[in-house]
Amino acid sequence: MNTSLNSLYTELVIEHDKRPLHAGLREPFDAEVHHVNPTCGDEITLRLHLSGASEQRRIEDVSYEAIGCAMSRAAASIMADLLLGRTVAEMDPVREHFEAAMGSRGTIDGDEELIGDGVALLGAAKFPARVKCVLMPWKAYQAALVEIQTLGE
Amino acid sequence: MSAPSRPFDVEAIRADFPILDRMMDPDTPMIYLDGGATSQRPRQVIDAEVAYLTRDNAAVKRGAHRMAAAATDAYEGSRKRVADFLGAPSAEEIVFTKNATEALNLVAYCLGNGDASTPAHLRVREGDEILVTEMEHHANLVPWQELARRTGATLRWIPMAEDFTLDLTDLDSLITERTKVVAFTHQSNVLGTINPVSRLVEAARAVGALTVLDAAQSVPHMPVDVASLGVDFVALSGHKMLGPTGIGVLWGRYEHLAALPPFLTGGSMIEVVHLDHSTYAEPPARFEAGTPPISQAVGLAAACDYLDALGMENVAEHERVLTDQALRGLADLDGVRVFGPAAGPGRAGAVSFELEGRHPHDVGQVLDSLGIQARVGHHCAWPLHRRFALHGTTRASFSVHTTTAEVEAFVTGVARTAEFFGSLS
Repeated sequence: MNTSLNSLYTELVIEHDKRPLHAGLREPFDAEVHHVNPTCGDEITLRLHLSGASEQRRIEDVSYEAIGCAMSRAAASIMADLLLGRTVAEMDPVREHFEAAMGSRGTIDGDEELIGDGVALLGAAKFPARVKCVLMPWKAYQAALVEIQTLGE
Repeated sequence: MSAPSRPFDVEAIRADFPILDRMMDPDTPMIYLDGGATSQRPRQVIDAEVAYLTRDNAAVKRGAHRMAAAATDAYEGSRKRVADFLGAPSAEEIVFTKNATEALNLVAYCLGNGDASTPAHLRVREGDEILVTEMEHHANLVPWQELARRTGATLRWIPMAEDFTLDLTDLDSLITERTKVVAFTHQSNVLGTINPVSRLVEAARAVGALTVLDAAQSVPHMPVDVASLGVDFVALSGHKMLGPTGIGVLWGRYEHLAALPPFLTGGSMIEVVHLDHSTYAEPPARFEAGTPPISQAVGLAAACDYLDALGMENVAEHERVLTDQALRGLADLDGVRVFGPAAGPGRAGAVSFELEGRHPHDVGQVLDSLGIQARVGHHCAWPLHRRFALHGTTRASFSVHTTTAEVEAFVTGVARTAEFFGSLS
């Protein structure tokens, strides 16, 4: 097996795939979204529960059910672990950096300070077909945020 | 169809496909097992397109200049060639489309576009029924869902049996006096199942229903003679039969084509145009609005020449041997489950499988690292996968240039994939 394969299926990815953190759907929640990757049929249902208002909004819970490949399941696990207990505002740069690095075909190195275990997923950046797998949980999180905002208006 | 004019020599065939020299890594040759998605093209097809583009290129059927005449001859000559390849009684029954998907949409739209002047059997209306199968590719399912939605007709489907063939137990209650269309695939793109065309045609004919055959997966891999199949329409794609992308074919019985209203409208498909109304050309022009895919038609004709020279019987036999080899090899591996009928005459060369506990994307990723280009996912047959409680499968599909050594590498690759993930857990 070649090295690029090992850069994709890192120990951390395999660990998160096997024992995903914060998995399962929980109550209470303010928004629930369901995202599907139509090219492969992978699915994620994600619930988001926030407290506080505007800049101070805090992520009290993020729960999910993910059906998909090792990369997408690990991505959901790592994302949930990053989000929990943090404010929405402080997670924006995290999400932006992660998305930029994933879309860079490997030209942007991941900042571990920002994205933590997320750096273990960046091997997928060199495999265009896998970028979508890894970003799906983050797209679901973003959609849940929008839904909460819309409901609040 | 004509008698084969060259021996079926895989090494000689491989020499015709320049892309097969490609390396995926310095020491990893490319093993292309995704002909079911799109086939590679032999030099003869590429050269035919280049020759047309560098010698005869012009817009067809317009202009008095000699180039226009040369282009028209090339395009209409290709239509004749495709008609011969498919055993169509007349070249006027061959409609060039963008792909098989457009050919199927063409039929579905035309059957919903009629008015009082359209014969009743060519007009789907409220209360009618459209019958499909649970194994269809989305291309032969969604257009019928949409036709049902537009017209108020009801969509029904033939279910799958556990042995990966169609369950025809209740066929008599599924095909009724209300059935207007029976649309089904000749060969499943996932399972390799070859469907019993004559049985379904017989049942459809008994109630006066039209039959529409998705032959995108069969025409590239076995002899198909449209006239003897008994169906009313056949759809296929150029790029799955060693030809170019951007061209597909709809074959239809001339009496149907002559009585159907158009689908896409505009230039080239008209007879007389007034400001407030128009009349339409005879088939096939009626169904070819706008400038058609001309160089692609020339390439498709060259693909027909190429396949005919090999002989479709020989192509089918070659792929049958490879399929048997793959099925035997996978059967020996723990944790591998193949989805498709057992080897035999009802089984063609698409081998889809699941590796226990591993998502197909992950399986495909490891196979790719070994140079093996296999398809992963639901293969545009989502309801079929759902029927077998699958989110996706990994599929190897074989072509004229596939060797027994490549099939062996594929089976070994699946074993190594299982080992790779086993070593990580």
